[in-house]
Amino acid sequence: MLELLDFLKENILFINLLIVTVYLGFEIISKVPTVLHTPLMSGSNAISGIVIIGAILLVRQAVNSDYLTIIIGVIGVILGTINVVGGHAVTNRMLEMFKKK
Amino acid sequence: MEYIELLYIVSTVLLLIGLRKLSSPATARKGNLIAASGMTLAIIISIFSPIEGSNDNYLFIFGGILVGALIGLFYSKKVKMTEIPELVSLFNGYGGACAVCISILEILKFNKTTSLGLSGTTYIALFVGSVAFTGSLVAYGKLSGKVKDWRSSISSYFNLFWVVLCVGLIVFQILNPELYELLPIVILVGSLIYGVSFVFPIGGADMPVVISLLNALTGIAAALAGIVYDNMVMLLGGVLVGSSGVILTLLMCKSMNRSLLSVVVGGFGSSSQDVVGKDQGAVKETTVNDTAINMRYADNVMIIPGYGMAVAQAQKSCKELDKILTEKGVNVNYAIHPVAGRMPGHMNVLLAEADVSYSKLIDMEDANNKMSDSDICLVVGANDVVNPSALDDPNSLIYGMPIIEVLNAKNVVVLKRGMSKGYSGIENPLFFHNKTKMLFGDAKDSIEGILSEIKTID
Repeated sequence: MLELLDFLKENILFINLLIVTVYLGFEIISKVPTVLHTPLMSGSNAISGIVIIGAILLVRQAVNSDYLTIIIGVIGVILGTINVVGGHAVTNRMLEMFKKK
Repeated sequence: MEYIELLYIVSTVLLLIGLRKLSSPATARKGNLIAASGMTLAIIISIFSPIEGSNDNYLFIFGGILVGALIGLFYSKKVKMTEIPELVSLFNGYGGACAVCISILEILKFNKTTSLGLSGTTYIALFVGSVAFTGSLVAYGKLSGKVKDWRSSISSYFNLFWVVLCVGLIVFQILNPELYELLPIVILVGSLIYGVSFVFPIGGADMPVVISLLNALTGIAAALAGIVYDNMVMLLGGVLVGSSGVILTLLMCKSMNRSLLSVVVGGFGSSSQDVVGKDQGAVKETTVNDTAINMRYADNVMIIPGYGMAVAQAQKSCKELDKILTEKGVNVNYAIHPVAGRMPGHMNVLLAEADVSYSKLIDMEDANNKMSDSDICLVVGANDVVNPSALDDPNSLIYGMPIIEVLNAKNVVVLKRGMSKGYSGIENPLFFHNKTKMLFGDAKDSIEGILSEIKTID
């Protein structure tokens, strides 16, 4: 329990930031018109691919003989990139259709 | 080192501005590009920021990125607009899987000095990422028709039991990290199974809500991974997606008049305890000819699109019909139910693809206000969103959900392939109402038939 409290204390700035960001997310979305729900979901889905950074950092720091890390890490990089690139590309395709008007 | 942090901040701000602009129609496209550039910047920093004693392994990283980018671009170019919900679900699953990969690797690195907070965060990331991963795959399977709805009365109890079990195992593992070597694997498998059993019993009508929820979960997994890596972009980007996803999920629940809890626990839409067997009377059929004449001489026509329009690829024909009617002085509008189709706003995307003017798309509320002025209401492949049992049958599973009240119009014509039930499997008394005429057949063929008939009138 004490350890947990220490963890909270060390990361107090993080936690504050977290709360503000959660609120920001709520605020940004609560006014969005229905017409944009699908592109927005698709776009924010692409943003969640940011998790790829973790995979990149892992592969970078793996020693050459550590095949397990390299293999799982590269799979992570591939999957994350599909999420990011595909997500933004398909969102752009959708929004291009709105733009024609 | 400081300039790295500074660049990360720039990319976070870009993500933030991007998301903000994405949520307003005029700037949405720009917003997506800004978010994409923020993402690119963050990835570049993570690749090139100096790390002491790092092996870099650039070959593997660039190889992985190249493969992933090609696959992602291929999917996004190939997909039909009707299949967007499936694709978003699939992409989301990949994001979740990425979070699973990094949590596994982090857990493998744990030792005696690992803090409780770090291991707790990582295990929760593993759990949330796994649920997002397999849950999204099941949602993808359901939307593309590869997985059928199935549910038994015990599934909500099983899910409750299973989630408690997983969380219990995680708490046990965090407190006793060295006790059982295989426990992390059990937790991984258990979490993956929970993702499947969580989404499996949820019925068709609730799929949009589920996708949105799974999207939020991937965001939360990314945020947790951000805490593990002490990386602000991951944390803030993930939290933004998580919180905006949660609010979007709640907005959707609201437009269906359902609570999130009942969606998650209820398994709504796959049960058939409804009005099966009740005598509904006979349906009245109409012909392309009659419909064409009635539409030509109407003052106001309201079109209600649903998923059937997407399946029949009838949106372009709809636009043609709209065009020719407008030329002949008929006022044509589209009534858009917020959850028509398989995803909120799905109909807007399809109609935009067919070049229908934005100003002709009317929200449910306005549409219902204008309904009594409509001479003809043309229901194109919509079912549950126009089901009057939502208003007057307390036994119906969709009782209380706001619908487009087509029966307030003077005439209703329903384009439908046959008498099958909607995606949610609920009987629709609208089809048996004496105001309603059914025009059976493929929606696109029917509309094109109406179109050529109208061209021959005057």
